[in-house]
Amino acid sequence: MLSKKGKFSHFFFFAPVLALIGVFIIFPVFSTIYLSFFSSSGKFTFLANYLNVLSRREILNLKGFSSGFPLGALLHNLLWIFIHLPLTTFLGLVLAIILKDVKGGSVIKSIIFLGMITPMIIGGVILRFMFDKNVGIVNAFLAILGVEPKTWTAYPETALFALIFGSVWLWAGFSMVLYSAGLGTIPKDYSEAAKIDGATPLRIFFNITLPLLKPITMVVVTMTVLWELKIFDIVYIATMGGPGGASNVMGLQMYFYAFRQFDFNSAAVVATILMLLTLVVMIPMMTTLRGERG
Amino acid sequence: MKKKLTLMMGIVVAAWLLSLVWIVPFLGLLMTAIRPLKEIIHGWWNFDSFNPMFKNFLGAWNHPTVPLSEGMRNSLIVAVPATIIPIFVASIAAYGFARFSFPIKNYLFVTIVLLMAIPQQMVAAPIFRIMKELGLLNSYLGLIIVHSAWGSPWILFFMRNFFTTLPIEVEEAAKIDGSSDSQIFFRIILPMSLPAIASATVLQFMWVWSDFFLALILLYSPAKLVATQRIPLMRGVYHVDWGILSAGALLVMLVPLLIFVFLQRYYIKGMVGWTIK
Repeated sequence: MLSKKGKFSHFFFFAPVLALIGVFIIFPVFSTIYLSFFSSSGKFTFLANYLNVLSRREILNLKGFSSGFPLGALLHNLLWIFIHLPLTTFLGLVLAIILKDVKGGSVIKSIIFLGMITPMIIGGVILRFMFDKNVGIVNAFLAILGVEPKTWTAYPETALFALIFGSVWLWAGFSMVLYSAGLGTIPKDYSEAAKIDGATPLRIFFNITLPLLKPITMVVVTMTVLWELKIFDIVYIATMGGPGGASNVMGLQMYFYAFRQFDFNSAAVVATILMLLTLVVMIPMMTTLRGERG
Repeated sequence: MKKKLTLMMGIVVAAWLLSLVWIVPFLGLLMTAIRPLKEIIHGWWNFDSFNPMFKNFLGAWNHPTVPLSEGMRNSLIVAVPATIIPIFVASIAAYGFARFSFPIKNYLFVTIVLLMAIPQQMVAAPIFRIMKELGLLNSYLGLIIVHSAWGSPWILFFMRNFFTTLPIEVEEAAKIDGSSDSQIFFRIILPMSLPAIASATVLQFMWVWSDFFLALILLYSPAKLVATQRIPLMRGVYHVDWGILSAGALLVMLVPLLIFVFLQRYYIKGMVGWTIK
């Protein structure tokens, strides 16, 4: 009904955004992919270039498993996902459920959500501060358990873990807010009907609530993994990837290659690998998007 | 019944203790910013003596090498247009995606949604080269353009989802009365979309304000650095000057914090609407 007439004028609705995205996102993406097939000396090596970069110590250091950190930026990102993803997702769900009926729950939610509105460069400052030997509160708590105080971000064996656990504190608000919204959409009748039938709260949770929250879980997991893959600011300011690359991540390594060493080809390889990972992560969400449209 | 009541009480106490865990790091930042170094060097949680002061805020604001006053101003110069431009261009396109039909529409839309996942590192080096060619390196305009492009896919996705929820009958009636598509958009759709546009504005502004990576690549002369870029430079050369650094961090955080406090509803709506229909 609405289309047909004046089809050409429709073009002007799309032209500005397509120009903007085309020139400043799509063209750069293909340009980076193209660059990634050339070695640093400018020779076309296709995928050999990827093998070269992946064999470097700063990207993938399998020896690290026996000799200690660094394990390489790629594995550091994966480690970030393995630890941070389950912790934040689960914590957010628990928080959303607990705070649903607690007095003052919305105030507590706002406090927990503070980490999400904090610019990540500031988040990094706070993490560095928390783990500091003299002024850090983490050491004050650990001292109660009898742990020797130290600047946790300054030692290869603890730097990455400090940042990962610290970033749980920053990011938990995300899954909490989404799960809270999700819980709000579940009609009360469901659980009440189940209660009348004699279901325990635990069974109601696992058999009714959790399945209904599945779409939210997918969104939370997807967005969280994307965040963990793209992590940059926190590491930049808290440790600069150090000490000795022990907390380095892909985003930061790309920056080092491109803007410190001016090796744009290696940087392109790192960026392309990172993009492929993010696109893989997006697949489940894209398929539901398609399903939605029918 | 009594057991249940104690359980509830326990949960309430646990919840408030938990919120304490979340607020303590921010509290530490605040205490470090408002108290002299000798009071906090053995832990800001010691309150043997307590002499609040504003010296550190002034120190960060008028920092000798990287004054935050300049940085906050620069951030505003970038963030305001970098919010308005993408909201405008992405909204009209979003309307097109919601209402018009043309051959490759679905492919185009999927491509644009996929762009939301891409890391900024993927475009950084080519954008650096493009801006150099255009003579826009180290200029606010260059950064504004890149932010506008970068924010567009998400805004487009968000606004399209909103537009599809609007009833089509009004538009059809206007169409029969002889209104053009652009008239329909600006006179009917736009006024109805103000809440969604408010959400998009809040989120886009916060992202641009918080951005560090794009600014790091495109702006480099000291006077032009935006606020987030100045924080790493405030650390001090030989030792970390926690007082100045904390005060600076709080000042930079203040803007998103105020937006969140006053426009929380739109912020959460944007965050959730991004994902849940």
